[in-house]
This record gives sequence, structure tokens and C-alpha cells, in this order.
Amino acid sequence: MSKKPLPVVDYLKIPDSGDPYLEGHKCGSCGAIFLGERNVCSKCGARDKMQAVKLASKGKLYSFSIVHRSFPGIEVPYISAVVDLEDGATLKGNLIGVEPDPAKIKFDMPVEVVFADALGRKDREGNSYLSYFFKAKA
Amino acid sequence: MTDAYVVGVDMIKFGRFPDRTVPQIGAEAALLALDDCGLTIQHMEALYCGNLGQASGMVGQRILQLIGQTGIPVVNVSNACATGATAFREAWAAVKAGLYDCVLAVGVEQMGKGLLGGAGGATGIPKEGLLGSGTMPAVFAEAGMEHSRKYGTTFEQFAKVSVKNHHHSTLNPKAMYQIETPLEVVMNAEMISYPNTKLMCSVNVDGSAAAVICSEKKAKELGLMKRAVKVRASVLTSDPWQERDLVMPDVNSCTRLAAKKAYEMAGLGAEDIDLVELHDCFATAEILHYENLGLCKDGEAGMMIDTGAVALGGRIPVNVSGGLLSKGHPLGATGIANIYEVATHLRGEAGKRQVQGARIGMTHVIGLGSACGIHILEKA
Repeated sequence: MSKKPLPVVDYLKIPDSGDPYLEGHKCGSCGAIFLGERNVCSKCGARDKMQAVKLASKGKLYSFSIVHRSFPGIEVPYISAVVDLEDGATLKGNLIGVEPDPAKIKFDMPVEVVFADALGRKDREGNSYLSYFFKAKA
Repeated sequence: MTDAYVVGVDMIKFGRFPDRTVPQIGAEAALLALDDCGLTIQHMEALYCGNLGQASGMVGQRILQLIGQTGIPVVNVSNACATGATAFREAWAAVKAGLYDCVLAVGVEQMGKGLLGGAGGATGIPKEGLLGSGTMPAVFAEAGMEHSRKYGTTFEQFAKVSVKNHHHSTLNPKAMYQIETPLEVVMNAEMISYPNTKLMCSVNVDGSAAAVICSEKKAKELGLMKRAVKVRASVLTSDPWQERDLVMPDVNSCTRLAAKKAYEMAGLGAEDIDLVELHDCFATAEILHYENLGLCKDGEAGMMIDTGAVALGGRIPVNVSGGLLSKGHPLGATGIANIYEVATHLRGEAGKRQVQGARIGMTHVIGLGSACGIHILEKA
């Protein structure tokens, strides 16, 4: 069992020193940003032009749904959010810091990427995970 | 190239058949389609079989083991919710290419109940409810909310889609449900994933549909032109790159691309279409496709549902079968069931739900991942 929490996805990076961050892979040819490592760009087809980039920690809410029914054992309700980061990447995650009420959720509301324990979820080996969340700015 | 015609087509009444096997359910539709045109399995030169749940299970061959092992080639097709349409299209393509003169396409599915969608990977921890939602109601809710942000589409407008399609299904004896659902009932039903309530989610059902496709020469030779339906366009697309499609499956671009190609292939425009069966897997999705298919201008979809333009008797009736929302959505069968619905109207045989004077119709499905299949049919 790892003493350090493990990243929930491979594009969440936990450096030995310094803060966690999300990593994108940007095509040096057309500028498209992807999540996770890859060699070929699916926008323009360029090969071996991918460069790792640190993704922005701020963005705006693009779209969402308030999930009231999910798979067994998943706590509801929660807000599933699609967020456009300032650098052009788009991510999906839970939106926190705002009530799961359609009247309270505004398109383009500013959000911040924050890192926290993955809601207490552990894998079979008992490892803890670090996840990312979108926090609505007050 | 020859023209290809649907000469026989039918579907079973959708329902739940836990005591039957997938091949049994598929065989029933296959026999109905053969009976519809008075042909036998011995006339069929190939079988294209669409099924998702047993994609590696040789469903097509097992259907033939029930209705006639004539040794013909069988192609088993799996393409998410575009599976049935893909099987139909492969059958059509083989006839167009002159490989065969008479072929059978079958779509069949046996579904469980409950949510479809991403339960998470095999390693690590479940991501559902941690990194947003991968359930289908949420994914299509987010797609609908994208329309809301652009055009102000409301929860009530999305809900009206469900009211309309459930009303249509009361006129379709082969639909899973024939129940009126007034607006307040739809809006007050259990919220699954805002803005989709339970009555705004398609019904998981078992079902099958089948079509016999012939070349023009063969259809004439067999004396089957009277009820034949010409395939004016058959198009399949995958999802072109879009900036958000890593996290937001895009049902719009592949539909727009397919619609453009289909109208070009048919030499027709949206104004020529008399009815549409489109992929209303969720009420939010139907709204998007009015615009994607060119039935109205961008931003007018809310008006289309508000004014009744898309209801039976309206300018361009959509999902008069009851749609996936009420007829039901047996994934692999849906694409061919849509063909059945449109063909039945073009033949003037749709009874109480008949779209009067229908001459040309369109079918549309989306398989998330993504695949879009569009067919344009015309009474021969």
C-alpha cells in the first residue's frame, strides 16, 4: 500500500515537492489539447508533436447536469460539470461549492480546480486517491 | 449501380422477454419481414445481423439455425445504438454493389433494466460521481444544457418532447407503452439527471426488427414493387474532432455531417422530408436533432416543440412511432425499427398514426462513441 495518495487519473500529477496539477498534451502542429499521453493528434493527424503542458487551474462552467440517480453506492445528488479551462482544455468533473439546484448554477460561472481526497474511495489494496474537483468561486 | 428497395419489413411489439433467447427474438422479426413480402429464407443471399449484447455470440448464425440453415454468408454487426442501422446499411451496400440481389437485415436486442453508461475502469477506484457522471442520462443532459446555454431552451421545452412522443405511442400498437403523460406528470416524475426525468429517458426493452432488401431488377422480377420503398440515401459517419469531445461525447457534429451527406446523396433537402424517426434516447437529445437534421434553423428547436410543428399533424412530424422514449429502445433493433416505421407510413399502412400523404421519410440513429446512421426512404 502506497503511503502517498495515488492520482485518480494519469493526467493528474503529484510532484514530490510542490502542488498537484493537471497535465495536458498539446499538439505542436495545431494546438489541440488532450488529456493523457499520446503520440498522434486526432485533430490534425500530426505525429510526435505532442508536448506535456501544465493545465490552467481556473475556468468557466460550460455545461452541467444534476445527477439524482447513479449506480448503487454512489452518493447523490451531485453536479456533473463540463468546464472550459482558461488555456482551452475542457475537463469533466464534480462541481462543488454550489447547491445542486438549477437556479443556483449559472453558465460561465468561474470555477477553480482544487485537489482533495477522492471522497474516501479506496482501491482493493487500500490505497487512497487524490482527485480534482471544480470549486465554484464565491 | 442498381437502386435498392426495402420490399419486406416488420418489427415485433417491443416488450420484456426474459424467458426467450436473443436468436429467438431475432428470428421472429426475420420471419415477419419475410412474410411481409411473401419470400422465404431460401430467397435470401446474405444476412446482416445487428446485436450489441452478444456481439461475439454469432447471433446471425443462431437465427438461421432457427429459421433455415441455407449456408449463406452472415455478417454480425455491432456499432453501439447505430447497430441496427449499420446492419441495414451493410445489407443495402452489398445490393448496391451488385454482390447480391436479395438480402436480409435483422436487428435484435435483449436488455436489462437500469442505467446505461460508464461504471468506471477495471483498475483504481470508481470514477462515477467523482469526476462527474458517465451515465447516459447525465451525458445527454449535458448535451441538452449546452443547447440551453446557447438558446435558452427550458426544462419545460425538453419535457414537451416526452409528452409528444408518449402521446404518439398511444397510436402505435407495437410500442412498449401506450400511455398519455401530461406535461406536469413528465416534469414531476423522478429526476434522474437534470433536466431529464425518468419519463424523459428511453425505455430499456427487448425487441427485434428486420428488413428484406432487393435490387430493382429482383424486386420487379418477384412482383414486389407495389409496396416497395426505395432507399434514396444511406449514410454512416463517425465523430469528427471537436474541442470538447474528450469529455463530452458529441452527437451533433456526426449528425450534421451525416445529414448533409444524406441530403446530397438523395438530391433532396430537409423541406422534402414528410416524417422523421430520430434518436430520442433522451428528451434533451431530440431537441438537438431538429437543428442537426436541418428540420429548422439553429436556435429554433424550442419553437418547433412549442408550436407542435413536430407532432403528428404538424409541419414535420417527428417520432410518430412513440420514439425510443415510449416505443422503447432495444439498442441493436432500433435502427431497423425506425426503417419499419417510416416504410409503413410511406406505404400508407400506419393506421391511426398515419402521416397523411407521406412520400419521403428519414431515419436517424446515434451510437455513442460515436456513430451516426441516416437513411432517406421514398415510396417506389
